[in-house]
Amino acid sequence: MALSGIQIYKLLPRTNCKECGFPTCLAFAMKLAAKQAELSACPYVSEESKKQLAESSQPPIRLISVKVIGYEVRAGNETVMFRHEKTFFNRPGIFVKVKASEGEEAIKAKVGAADAFKVNYVGIDLIVDGFAVEADGADASPGSAQAFATAVKAARAATKRPLILVGKDPAALGAGLGTLSGENALLYAANSANWEAMTELAKQHHASLAVSAESLDALADLTEKVKGKGLEDIVLDLKSTKLGPHLALSTQVRRLALKSNFRPLGYPVITFAEGGDGRDSVVAAQAIAKYAGFIVLDRFAPELVYPLLVLRQNIYTDPQKPIQVQPAIYEINNPKPESPVLVTTNFSITYFSVANEVEGSGLPAWLVVCDAEGMSVLTAWAAGKFDAERIAKTIKGFNVADKVSKKRVVIPGHVAVLSGELEAELPDWEIRVGPREAVDLPAFMKQAL
Amino acid sequence: MPIEIPKDKWPGKIRTVTLGATAAEGGTRAKTITVGGEGTLPFMHFETPTPNRPVIAIEIKDHKPDDWSPLLVEVWGEAMNDPAAWANAAEAAGADLIVLALSVTGLDGKPTKPEAAVAAVKAVLGATGLPLIIFGPGQAELDNELLVPVSEATKGERLALGICEDKNYRTIVATAMANGHLVTARTPMDVNLSKQLNILISDMGMSGDRIIMDPTTGALGYGIEYGYSVMERLRMAALQGDAMTQSPMIVTTGFESWKTKEAKVGQGVPVSWGDWKERAINWETLTTVALLESGAAIVVLRHPESVKRVKAAIEELMVAA
Repeated sequence: MALSGIQIYKLLPRTNCKECGFPTCLAFAMKLAAKQAELSACPYVSEESKKQLAESSQPPIRLISVKVIGYEVRAGNETVMFRHEKTFFNRPGIFVKVKASEGEEAIKAKVGAADAFKVNYVGIDLIVDGFAVEADGADASPGSAQAFATAVKAARAATKRPLILVGKDPAALGAGLGTLSGENALLYAANSANWEAMTELAKQHHASLAVSAESLDALADLTEKVKGKGLEDIVLDLKSTKLGPHLALSTQVRRLALKSNFRPLGYPVITFAEGGDGRDSVVAAQAIAKYAGFIVLDRFAPELVYPLLVLRQNIYTDPQKPIQVQPAIYEINNPKPESPVLVTTNFSITYFSVANEVEGSGLPAWLVVCDAEGMSVLTAWAAGKFDAERIAKTIKGFNVADKVSKKRVVIPGHVAVLSGELEAELPDWEIRVGPREAVDLPAFMKQAL
Repeated sequence: MPIEIPKDKWPGKIRTVTLGATAAEGGTRAKTITVGGEGTLPFMHFETPTPNRPVIAIEIKDHKPDDWSPLLVEVWGEAMNDPAAWANAAEAAGADLIVLALSVTGLDGKPTKPEAAVAAVKAVLGATGLPLIIFGPGQAELDNELLVPVSEATKGERLALGICEDKNYRTIVATAMANGHLVTARTPMDVNLSKQLNILISDMGMSGDRIIMDPTTGALGYGIEYGYSVMERLRMAALQGDAMTQSPMIVTTGFESWKTKEAKVGQGVPVSWGDWKERAINWETLTTVALLESGAAIVVLRHPESVKRVKAAIEELMVAA
């Protein structure tokens, strides 16, 4: 929460020396509040004031970056409780966890498989963001530390993506961090017993540090201690086991950051999605919708990761900017003049639903995409942005008639009511009504065209 | 340091709505289902207690559908051939209530007859003691043709009749009012249109505690976020005191998610889609969980495994900190 002009004024020298270029300190303060001036213009502001002013202009939720050359996962810098208020900005990173006890070969295989995973959704390639390696050795022995170092090396050999190192024992985590260089990992986690050593470790290796405690009060105290030692790249572990309490804590933390500007909890949250019988998928889904910055899965399976990545895309889409494709004639499966003409709207999901079905069928078609301001067929029609006039204008505007030997156009089933009007707009065209759902297009094209 | 948690205090509440009527109340249900009553955002028990948990409806049809995912046909098996058997199976699978979705045509391919619809509804009422929601086939004239006789034949049972939309609500609302039923009212993901339809229905004399809002559901990957945000906005408007948005919400996540290619098709899909059955279950379950977070009171599902997972999720969501 930024300071007001008056609050800033109280931190300035208040000598009205004019050396900043403004007639009074109050005038300068007002400009600073409006971000129309730089603090550096004042030669006399005290160090203490500089510190306070810098702090207050910090984002309510610190931006944490877990990175390695070529790859970065960012969380934080959120400004709203609800996506419809503006948008959610930084998609939570989805990490897959392996355990040191699994051994080098298994780790390399698992990480390699998840690293290679890629799935396409409306023209975007979705991937796993990184990996977590857990020091699950029972004791704080040198053997455990060595085993963990080996495990981290194995993971790093199988992926170039960011890493989270998970454990309680600073010695083991230190050994793991020691095998990495030139990257900013995330270290999990500092608790009331080990926080000093963990903070040193994080500082030494330029890592962010997750902090864990039994209550929000205890967590706030602990983050302040860590910060007091000079480490501010902090991530919060809320430690709840059940969905209900975890939702409450996540919501409270977000509110404290955004509404109360409560700095000790102004950090992104890490959530571990655990549990069999699909529980982990549900935990991860809640985390995606409700404020998580980093999500760690216990296992990798395409049928689990694909829907979660799609949900993340959906929740984190800017509500003001529905994803659209360019209006045009799209050629599917090398259409010839006798191939059918299909019409649809330029909402990405609509376009890809239709295009994928036709493409997958192997049947050639000319797919005419109309500008419907990024809305789906039904929505655009209801809003008056997809009507006979627009369709006709698009067909004429793209000179579809020049490409085809038969003037016949198929309109989506949901706008069957337009066929009469469209006949009037395109008198020398045959208007056909296609299916309502894209999935029924191939059958329709085979049987009815 | 003791932290002061920012708590919301809202002037408004979600209305309490009860479906089903026991013998004492003039019906034949073994129990009733009550939803709504919340005084805050979903599951914020630390602000005000959540009086009623979200409930799970299982969707069945009056006869075996020919366009459902093979995975659903496989799991329901023989029961799909008889709505009474299917209702029993749904109850055994953990449904809190049943949605009976009437088909456009009978098994003979001709438009469903009113007598057949009434027979199916009565069979289901005979087979299970759970409260019942009836959806018409989704064509205005046919909906009216079927729902009116169904409504009259089940007077006193306190069913919910759907789906009322701005193009076709008068007949359904009138018959619901005359026979002691409720209605579900659907609008296309728009806060103002939701309010408007609720106003129109209320203006006919329907009491507020007999209206369930359907904001329209988009499946994961196919528009979920539009419904999700409309629901969050509707809930906030209700809590701020707007009486015309204070109805509990129903979402048809089963219908929407099982329509997707991800749920319907197992062959010729990308390898990156993974295992078909688990993917389909995830599609239904995760669509549902997201919409529970945005305030759904009644979720309508199709697969028993999704029911299990969503039930477990609701159980956990109802745990106060």
